[in-house]
Formats: sequence, structure tokens, C-alpha cells
Amino acid sequence: MLDTTRIRPEFPILQQKENGQRLVYLDNAATSQKPRRVIDAIVHYYSFHNANVHRGAYALAVEATEAYEAARTAVARFVNAWAREGVVFTRGTTESINLVAASWGRANVKRGDTVVVTAMDHHSNIVPWQILCQERSATLRMVEITEDGRIDLSDFGRALEAKPKIVAFPYVSNALGTVNPAAQLSKLAHAAGAVTVVDGAQSSPHLRVDVQTIDCDFYALSGHKMLAPMGSGALIAKPALLEAMPPYHGGGEMIERVWDDRSTWNKIPHKFEGGTPNVEAAVGLGAAIAYLEQLGMEKIAAHEQELARLTIERLSQIDGVTVYGPREHRAGVVPFTYGDIHPHDLATILDKDGVCIRAGHHCTQPLMRRLGVAATARASFYIYNDVDDIDALVTAVRKAGELFGVPA
Amino acid sequence: MSDLSDLYQQVILDHNRNPRNFKRVDLANRKAEGNNPLCGDRIQLYVQLDGDTITDIGFQMPQGSGCAISKASASLMTDAVKGKTAAAAETMFQQFRDMLAGGNDAPGKLAAFSGVRAFPSRIKCANLAWHALHAALQNSAQPVTTESARDF
Repeated sequence: MLDTTRIRPEFPILQQKENGQRLVYLDNAATSQKPRRVIDAIVHYYSFHNANVHRGAYALAVEATEAYEAARTAVARFVNAWAREGVVFTRGTTESINLVAASWGRANVKRGDTVVVTAMDHHSNIVPWQILCQERSATLRMVEITEDGRIDLSDFGRALEAKPKIVAFPYVSNALGTVNPAAQLSKLAHAAGAVTVVDGAQSSPHLRVDVQTIDCDFYALSGHKMLAPMGSGALIAKPALLEAMPPYHGGGEMIERVWDDRSTWNKIPHKFEGGTPNVEAAVGLGAAIAYLEQLGMEKIAAHEQELARLTIERLSQIDGVTVYGPREHRAGVVPFTYGDIHPHDLATILDKDGVCIRAGHHCTQPLMRRLGVAATARASFYIYNDVDDIDALVTAVRKAGELFGVPA
Repeated sequence: MSDLSDLYQQVILDHNRNPRNFKRVDLANRKAEGNNPLCGDRIQLYVQLDGDTITDIGFQMPQGSGCAISKASASLMTDAVKGKTAAAAETMFQQFRDMLAGGNDAPGKLAAFSGVRAFPSRIKCANLAWHALHAALQNSAQPVTTESARDF
């Protein structure tokens, strides 16, 4: 386990109270809290280095550009990208996936083609493909899940028979915690001739990610779920694919020459970064990655898996609690329901004890339909969570049972 | 600071456990659907309007799709407006909304929801059934959502 007594003081927000109680923040799959060093990196950037990037002929602009590009190098190293030119800064996973759908998708998906997603995908890895398929009169095929919340590999195989152009799936499910066999899925998809798009929003903060080992084609991540600012994120792609793709946003920065009636494009990754980028977000992401690397991604994964194991064990001792997701290969995400108490009521009651959890459909409505529930409660962990947090969660859940008269 | 027992008053817990008028109304001539897209709550409301009077009213929520606040609110609402005129029901809706926005308590048992004021994230749950009633009385074919109805 990580030494949380050294980690917790790094997070200013954890020093404050929630409803007069110790803040027990268990909604990390939604967003993570930010350590002082990330907040300081942003303040430092604006205090000493701020200028527009890639254009100024003065020292300050060079410093800003160096800070921005250093963050790109950090992201490339963090996920073992094919090249630092294959790291495009975006606002997050959602924008990264929309970029692929709008650029690679529009250039390659034609009438009658198929795009494959899974029933455990987040709306951000479903809706961009729905929009693309509707525009192109293509077919969207959703792969089913098994009863214990894994991707159904036989249905995945059947979906590949249509020779899809794109296969998209999450590395880690935000609503179930399932860690999918990303390398295996990517290999199968490649054999069927597809490019693969991996939603890395829930894997990047919690696991050692190596995109070259997974051998996907596109990998999307969000900074805000991994200690970095909101509005930070990246698309990591094979450089040859990016080279061949049309631009996403037109504007400054992404051009080489602009004629009256046409333009030529800048080199990758800048071709995809039209307009002034969010430099503070990139700088914050760089600082977050440095901290995560210092703690060690393997240790972080082990810490969260142990917390999830303990939580499942203790929640399962309460009559009426149902925990969702697979028994093995799961990350630090614990979705559950308790008798007929609606998850929103649970979340309100837990909040009174300072326990912040998510309640709802988790932006996975197709998955909720398959689970046969309208909503679940979800506790999700990160580096600063400890056994005290689990105690507070379990105590508050028992209290909810008493208040609502769930039979003990 | 507000206590949980202010939010989950006994009358609310009771109506959540044993909702009144939890039925389809076969003779309904007005219907409306309400959605809270944030949490997936859904309500189907049936109103039998004879002239200007609500002679029968009932609601259904798909399995597991109503939290205690939205279900109890629908239950207490149906009790409160049954036998009343459409205009009287609209007045009650206004009083109910005013209460949740920080105004005076609504009349009768509806005052049980005064505690929701201290829980801003739950105001939409309390209002959902009322928005559906309003849509039914207006004879609106469009499902109402708590997002299009501005509660904030």
C-alpha cells in the first residue's frame, strides 16, 4: 500500500471538511483532486513564463514553448508513445475521440462500413461514433458484455466478421472497473483490418500504460482524472496515421502557408492544435505525471486494487448490497446498489458523513440497460484514499440502511 | 446545517415505501412523461380531467428509476391535487416551487419537502412530478425534462 500519511498532506482540498466531517473523496473516476505541486506549477507558469507558444521571437515566448513541449515529452514517456510527435494535446478524452471520429473517421468511413464499440463504453466513446455513422450511413455495432461485466469475446469475434473500419473500446470501464485485455482486443481487431481506438480515461491515472505493447492505433486520455487540471488531455497516435489525416480545427498554429483560397498544413502534432493551446493545462499535466512516476504506477495500481478488494469484501457483508463488475481484472472502481434505496438517496446520505460518491448512470446508459438498473452508486479510489475512507463509506452505507429500513 | 431527518421526513419515507396513486389510470385523458437525465429518473403521469376538475390521477416509475424524493413527491402531489381544479393544481405547483426556491412552506403535507431547500442537488427530484403534471394540464405532447424546466 502507498504511504497515504505522506500523500494526503500534498492535497490542499483534503485538509478541508465536507459537511463538517473529514472529506472522504471517493469519486475519483469522475475527477481527481490536485496536489499542491500541480497547482504550484500553474501559478509558477503564469508568474514567470507566460507568453504565446511557437511564435514569439523573445525569450519569454521561448520559455513558454519549452514548458509546453516538455509536457508533451512527459506524456509521450508516460504512455510509451511511438514518438513525441504522436502526442496531440486536447481538452481531454472526449475531444481526443471526437478528433479521431471527425478526422480519420470522415476520411475513411464510407457508406455501408461498420464501426464497433462495446456496451461498456462511456458515452464519449459511443456518441462520436453514432454521429459519424449517421453522417456516413455506416453501421454502429455494439459488442455485448458477459454477465459478470467483461467484454463478451465471442460477440467481439462476431462483430469483427463485418470487417469494421474502426474498433473502439475502453481499457478500463468507468462504470464497472473492468480492466479489458486491450492488447488482445487490438490484435484481433487488426487481424480484421480495423484501426483501434482505446479510451484511456480510466487506465492512464491508475495503471502502467504502454501503448506500443497494447499496439492500438489511437489512445485517448484526460489529465483531470490523473491529478492534472481540467481541460488537459491528449490523443496519442501512430505518427503515420496522423500524417495522413486531415486537420480537425482550422486556425492559427496548424498551418504552414495560407493562400487566399487554400492552405497547407503544419507538421504533426501541430496540424491538430489549431488556436492558442491550453498551456497551463499542459504544464500542470507534466507536473502531475512527474508525481505519478515518482510514486510508481505499479504501486498505485496495487494500492487501489487492495482498497477495492477490501471495499467489496466489507460491502458484501451487508445484506441487500449488490456489487457489480468482474471478480478479477478490475481497477479501483466499486459500483454497487443497496436494497431498493435509490443511489441518489444513498449519495445524499453518505455526503452527510463527508463521503463523496457518484450516483447515476455514469454516462453509460447502454450498460445500465444491460445491468437492468437505472443507476448505481460508485466508489472509486486514488492514491490518497486509505482504509479510514473505506470505514467511513461502510459506516455511512449501514446508516442509510437504518434510515430507509432495509432489512438487516 | 441541515440534518438528514429534515430531508427524509417520516411522511416522505412513508410515501416512498407505500406510494399512493401508484397506478396507471385507464380513463386518463391527459398523460405526460418526465425525465431527469442527470440521474435517469423517469415518471409517467396519468390525469383524468373532467371539465376543469382532476377526478383521477396516477403515476408509474419504471423499476428502480425513482429516488425517495421524486417518488414521495409524486405520491404526495397526486394526493394533493385529486379532486382539485387544474387552476388550483397550478397554484399548488407555484407554491411548491416557491418553497424549494427558498420561499414560504407550501400548504398541507407538501410542506414536508421544505427540507429539500438545504439540498440543492435534490430540488430537481422534488419538482419532477410537478413538471410532468404541468405538462399534462397544458396537454403538451413533449416529454418534460428537469433540464428544460429551469429550477435554478
